[in-house]
Amino acid sequence: MLKIIVLVKQVPGTDSVKLDPITGVMVRTGKDTIINPLDENGLAEAIRIKNAYPDVTITVVSMGPPSAMRAIKEAISMGADDGVLVSGREFAGSDTIATAKVIAAAIKKTGTFDMVICGERATDGETGQTAAMIAHYLKIPAQTYVSGLEIIEDGVIVRRTVESGFERVQVPFPVLVSVNKDISDTGFPTLSGKLKAKQVQVPTWANAELGLDTSELGLMGSPTRVVKIFSPKLSRDTIMAKANGTMKPIDELMAFLVEKDVL
Amino acid sequence: MSSYVNSSIEEAKNLADYKGVLILGEQRDGKIGAITFELLTWGRGIADTLGCELSCVLLGDEIENMQEVILRGADKVFFIKAPIFKDFLPQPYSNAITRLVNEEKPEIIISGATTTGRTVMPLVAAKTNTGLTADCTELTIDPDTKLLLQTRPAIGGNIMATIKTPSTRPQMSTVRPRSAKQAPINTSRTGEIIVKKYEGATILTVEKFLEFIKDTTQAVSIEEADIIVAGGKGMKNAQGFKLVEELAEVMGAAVGSSRDAVELGWATYPHQVGLSGKTVSPKLMIALGIAGKIQFLAGMQTSDVIVAVNKDPEAQIFKVADFGIVGDVFEVVPMLIETVKKMKAKA
Repeated sequence: MLKIIVLVKQVPGTDSVKLDPITGVMVRTGKDTIINPLDENGLAEAIRIKNAYPDVTITVVSMGPPSAMRAIKEAISMGADDGVLVSGREFAGSDTIATAKVIAAAIKKTGTFDMVICGERATDGETGQTAAMIAHYLKIPAQTYVSGLEIIEDGVIVRRTVESGFERVQVPFPVLVSVNKDISDTGFPTLSGKLKAKQVQVPTWANAELGLDTSELGLMGSPTRVVKIFSPKLSRDTIMAKANGTMKPIDELMAFLVEKDVL
Repeated sequence: MSSYVNSSIEEAKNLADYKGVLILGEQRDGKIGAITFELLTWGRGIADTLGCELSCVLLGDEIENMQEVILRGADKVFFIKAPIFKDFLPQPYSNAITRLVNEEKPEIIISGATTTGRTVMPLVAAKTNTGLTADCTELTIDPDTKLLLQTRPAIGGNIMATIKTPSTRPQMSTVRPRSAKQAPINTSRTGEIIVKKYEGATILTVEKFLEFIKDTTQAVSIEEADIIVAGGKGMKNAQGFKLVEELAEVMGAAVGSSRDAVELGWATYPHQVGLSGKTVSPKLMIALGIAGKIQFLAGMQTSDVIVAVNKDPEAQIFKVADFGIVGDVFEVVPMLIETVKKMKAKA
């Protein structure tokens, strides 16, 4: 019996995210949303484990607006068993610390578990720091940047992809692993999965269910504050050249690189 | 700016007790990593602005040449020494750093946004109940409040956000590797190396390090490279992609790849640049046969200098390029390889 929690975050499908100009907090109201790609790799790995071992259950936990229910249903249609949506206005404006506390509380409320799997970062906030913080609040070890996972007696051996190679680390259950894309190819919804997604009742938990101190939630519970937001200068003054079979554009490029001192 | 005060956290700590800047150095096999020297540049600048001490913490069993950290700008080096620290393990590393933070009470902690920094800093931030800002590209001190202003790209570099940690300490940031030059050696500098021998619960862990396997397919990792030569679908096939590798080799550069080229099997995932790959910021990025989807641009648009070669003059990649060549990569790249070879032969 192995219980896996998969964390999924619903993210904008395109780069059309809006920021509240006053608080600087991201506003996710767009209709075009997807499951964070690296979370989908994590889900695929959980499904791989479920197919390889007897008695594995997968519970999806997602924190976000009510529309994030779609992401949970999609995950169930791909092979997860059930899910929980963590949603409430009181969570709005949470930074990574406040978010991690809430997600950890929701995971605890689902009961005992062996492993939490999530993507190493989301494509919107891109902080990559919530996973380890969740592990802290769950009082379990965190293994990050995991690209390979082997189930052993009462634990896992993970392969972490680091700057100059790979590290292999052995950790007992319960453990949190944050994964990169190499962990598993993403799957597809199945017909039986889609039927299941329709039938499964996915509860929504707000803080009334989690019972955290309100001083720990949202902006109140967030040690960081956004001071300002601004658009970076994206367009550059591009020098354009056209290849014409001669060395001229190449020589111009080399002269430019020498001048910029980047060779 | 919010005028609101986080009383539950604030009352727990006397902010004025926290002084000095601490950087988190890194080592592998006892050799101090380049990120440490970059962090000394970041840290020295901030410590000088605040008029406070700069310390560096290193964890390991045996570490070579720690004096260099002092010559490059640290006033103090805290060497947390035990066999368990030879290799990185999140649990004992974060416990030991947290213990040091509680003992030394630094006002600011900076680490690299490396796999190590991005793992251990969130754990230390959670353990000390303070704020952490990831992947900063700029750190300054607010002249009025003396708070650390942390600027980072978000949403694939389309937005920059400046963040502060007003009412908890320490203020913690990770900074992108290669976003600062390595601090130079000044042989007249002096400082103190303090060995910390932690025992008991601090060094206990359920995590067991088994082995490190060097990635031999990658001479230079893309996060650490000064120059990246990246290829995309325009390289046509695996054979064509070899031109990317060849140019990278003659330039001493790392090989980067678009998501398409990884999915087509021409390059492996550790080479992938972009939202679902790695965010890189080299001195020079050369993009070959890459159209420039937003997902790719988001992972590289903070590079110092961007060069693009593409046959489509309308390709998005030219919008972020400093120098663009419209043309066939199979004509331009071989000429480029020959030119670089000749240049290197002369030098």
